[in-house]
Amino acid sequence: MTKSNGKFPKPHAIETLPGTEGWERMYPYQYQFVSDDQERHDYEKNGFWFYDGLHYPEPLYPFDTIWDEAWYLALSQFNTRIFAVPPVYGVDHRIVNGYVYITPVPVKDPAEIEKRIALFMERAGYYYENWNELESNWETKMRATIAALEALQIDPLPDMEELSVVTSGLGESKGYHLLKAYDDLIDLGIRCWQYHFEFLNLGYAAYVTFMDFCQKIFPDIPTQRITQMISGIDVIMYKPDEKLKELAQLAMTSGIDAAVLAGGDFAATTRALGETEAGRAWLQTFEETRYPWFNISTGTGWYHHHKAWNDDLNIPLASIRIYIEKLQQGDSLERPIEAVRAERDRITVEYRALIDNDEDRATFDQLLQTATTVFPYVENHLFYVEHWFHSVFWNKVREVGVIMRDHGLLADVEDIWYLKRGEIKDALWDLVTAWATGVKPRGAFTLPKEIAWRKGVMQKFQEWSPPPAVGIAPEVIQEPFTIVLWGVTNDSLKSWAAIAAVDNLDDIRQFTGFAGSPGSVQGRVRVCRTVEEIGELEEGEILVAPTTSPSWAPVFTKIQACVTDVGGVMSHAAIVCREYGMPAVVGTGMATKILKTGQMVSVNGSTGEIAILQ
Amino acid sequence: MSTTQPMVCWFEECTREMVPLVGGKCSSLGELINAGIRVPPGFAITTRGYYDFMEQAGIMDDLAGLVGSLKADDLKGLETASSEIRQRIEAASFSLQLEDEIAESYRRLSIRSFMPATAVAVRSSATAEDLPGASFAGQQDTYLWIRGIDAVLEHAKRCMSSLYTARAMAYRIRMGFDHREVGISVGVQKMANSFTAGVMFTLNPSNGDRSSIVIDANFGFGESVVSGEVTPDQFRINKVSLEILQRTVSEKTVCYTVDTKTQTSVASEIPEERRNIQSVTDDELIELARMGKQIEQHYGRPMDIEWAIDKDMPRSGNIFILQARPETVWSEKRSEPVSAKARGKTTMDFILSSMMEGKKVS
Repeated sequence: MTKSNGKFPKPHAIETLPGTEGWERMYPYQYQFVSDDQERHDYEKNGFWFYDGLHYPEPLYPFDTIWDEAWYLALSQFNTRIFAVPPVYGVDHRIVNGYVYITPVPVKDPAEIEKRIALFMERAGYYYENWNELESNWETKMRATIAALEALQIDPLPDMEELSVVTSGLGESKGYHLLKAYDDLIDLGIRCWQYHFEFLNLGYAAYVTFMDFCQKIFPDIPTQRITQMISGIDVIMYKPDEKLKELAQLAMTSGIDAAVLAGGDFAATTRALGETEAGRAWLQTFEETRYPWFNISTGTGWYHHHKAWNDDLNIPLASIRIYIEKLQQGDSLERPIEAVRAERDRITVEYRALIDNDEDRATFDQLLQTATTVFPYVENHLFYVEHWFHSVFWNKVREVGVIMRDHGLLADVEDIWYLKRGEIKDALWDLVTAWATGVKPRGAFTLPKEIAWRKGVMQKFQEWSPPPAVGIAPEVIQEPFTIVLWGVTNDSLKSWAAIAAVDNLDDIRQFTGFAGSPGSVQGRVRVCRTVEEIGELEEGEILVAPTTSPSWAPVFTKIQACVTDVGGVMSHAAIVCREYGMPAVVGTGMATKILKTGQMVSVNGSTGEIAILQ
Repeated sequence: MSTTQPMVCWFEECTREMVPLVGGKCSSLGELINAGIRVPPGFAITTRGYYDFMEQAGIMDDLAGLVGSLKADDLKGLETASSEIRQRIEAASFSLQLEDEIAESYRRLSIRSFMPATAVAVRSSATAEDLPGASFAGQQDTYLWIRGIDAVLEHAKRCMSSLYTARAMAYRIRMGFDHREVGISVGVQKMANSFTAGVMFTLNPSNGDRSSIVIDANFGFGESVVSGEVTPDQFRINKVSLEILQRTVSEKTVCYTVDTKTQTSVASEIPEERRNIQSVTDDELIELARMGKQIEQHYGRPMDIEWAIDKDMPRSGNIFILQARPETVWSEKRSEPVSAKARGKTTMDFILSSMMEGKKVS
């Protein structure tokens, strides 16, 4: 691999993996780094593209690319065309060997920046001024979008249409309905992501401004302390876990805790509980809790294979059991909310008292106020979009997959993810016209073969380690997301470059991530790639995971520190660890690949350092 | 002087208002103790003790005759008078009552220090009237590693006689003070027999950040750190959360310890295997930072602090503050408010300014 700048490889120099030639057709054509268009080539060559490991710890499946395109559009449109963020347009995207690379696009012409400043002051100003009202409007829109998704019917193609089609004079077929339902499904997904970014850019901008101000007054202040000052306590993302605790509590008070613990898998447990009055009542509450609170992804929700609790009720059941055991031992399940709040207030008051002039103290109050106003959205949107909407969405797409499989276009429902969403639309046209005509769809011959090949390509992509960045690092980054979410800073670039320079991951004895939650411990590693593996965790181990989500909540009562591949100081793992007062290092990029179960490591959540001891 | 005032009192009994009785040094040690800061224990021989001594020894009555008509610029005359008075002070005896009180206090101090005849520092503690001239007159006499009651008494008298150096007398004559009305107190304080010592700033001296505490440490006495003779270990601690954010363990080649024969502090080479070891534990650092924070809160400003960890004292109470004075470099540098650099005063102005500036990454 050639290196530019002595640091990162050139974007065009990354070689295609043997056996994957032609992979580009799995993704939209505009995602390729190109060589035939000189102007575009030069633009790409001089840019700084960093690997979006935050969202994509593994290569993108062709269908899953939908969310990348959705935020490519949404983030950029709000920056560029709606709020006119003065110094930066959108964030541009490319895909290399299945992995997404992104770069913020600066506004270079000073006159253009000046023009955008006036627009920005008016437009963004309006949103900040009317934040609470607009945000409640947002929730209404979002809930309506989710309701429309849940109501969306995807009917199979019948041999013969119902008589009612004739008697009601409908004049439409199920073939047409299938095309329309698919269009509606995709449209709802894209729309949901339009809303996702309505407040996020401005939310991050206000956060960055407060962070900036704090760092100027206190150059040594750790980012997590700034976050701690503005974080919400009653965040909607905690609700699902609260509900599990309530169900555990209810099982105790109903005297059926032993039955919930003893009953084998979910189906067996349900049968056993169904035999008693109290058991049936509990199951009833369980069922009511599922919507919406079990629409929680066990991953980030960005990949189709991130199962939701509702997809496998053994997952919430396992957590409920852990909580019941805690209760039986006499432990409390209460989050120390008051203590967390008191600590947040103490820290805020102490930092404020250290500011040595009235003017800055007034600014501190003002910016803190704005940051705390915008911050609930920054935390809460995840529940609506990535968890609730996505969980329902993936299953709707599976319903389409079932129809395609039944007509021979797919060997398996789960093969649908190997097709781009446009290819699925084309295949559905193939399907409904063949169905209407009474012939065999052409895709029944071509698609399974193509999908088999793509599976092989994905396998090779999985085995490849994407470099953390390609191209030339800039001196200044002005795009708020780039700073907050991906944490692109001098330090992170350095540590990325250091890891990129190592050929064998086993040679790495120490590495760093973001300091997610303070404290320092030594302990044994337990690598859990998925939430299904948390059963193997032993008391006092250090959890090393690609990322965590509310599904992982029960493990935090067992472990003594947490390390993740993906996520910033606002990620789930960081937030929960701060609550439990245990160290976390997040966004390390490679921890699950570098560390192995059983190793002794030291984890310093104040500095972000991890060292392998033996 | 009221006769109800004590001739000897413990540091913890000294308050800010008692400068005329116990001098500036002892009163500030008392102030630290009463603010909850641990300083090495000790006691003051008060100005009343001094007057008692001077009167009982008959020196007070002779003062008029010895210095009466001398002018401030009569250096030769002043030198002669000074040496006469100082000799008489150093040769005289304390009254039995005062000697008993000092001896009893020293005995109790030794018990408190877990040492038979504990080593102490004996130093003069100038009173308010004399304070402006104190540094000028160079009369901050300090005698270190003094052991045994006889040595304590002897050095206490030496401290008292330092009130009669030629320069101090010249100063008082120039200022129109009556010699008989200027007193002196003497502090007797346990020597910190430090395993580790150093300095602590309640801000980051490299960038002025008031949310940081920076601690420099080396084995032995603090003088190796203060003098810059070694590169000390350095730690940066978050003042708000008390987490250690940065630690630099240096190679430390030299430290100072006491030579018990000569009763002086001597430089010695740190053995190879100890040079790169962190000279202060994490728990001690956090305890120190907690003390630093408390001192800063008490004085209401960033402070520059000397500290020591005493190897003679039990672990739970062995970290001592030796000295605390206001930090001057950053405190005197009044920088303009950070807010002043933004385009305006509204939240939008701040957001826009921050966005335009962006984040430097290289």
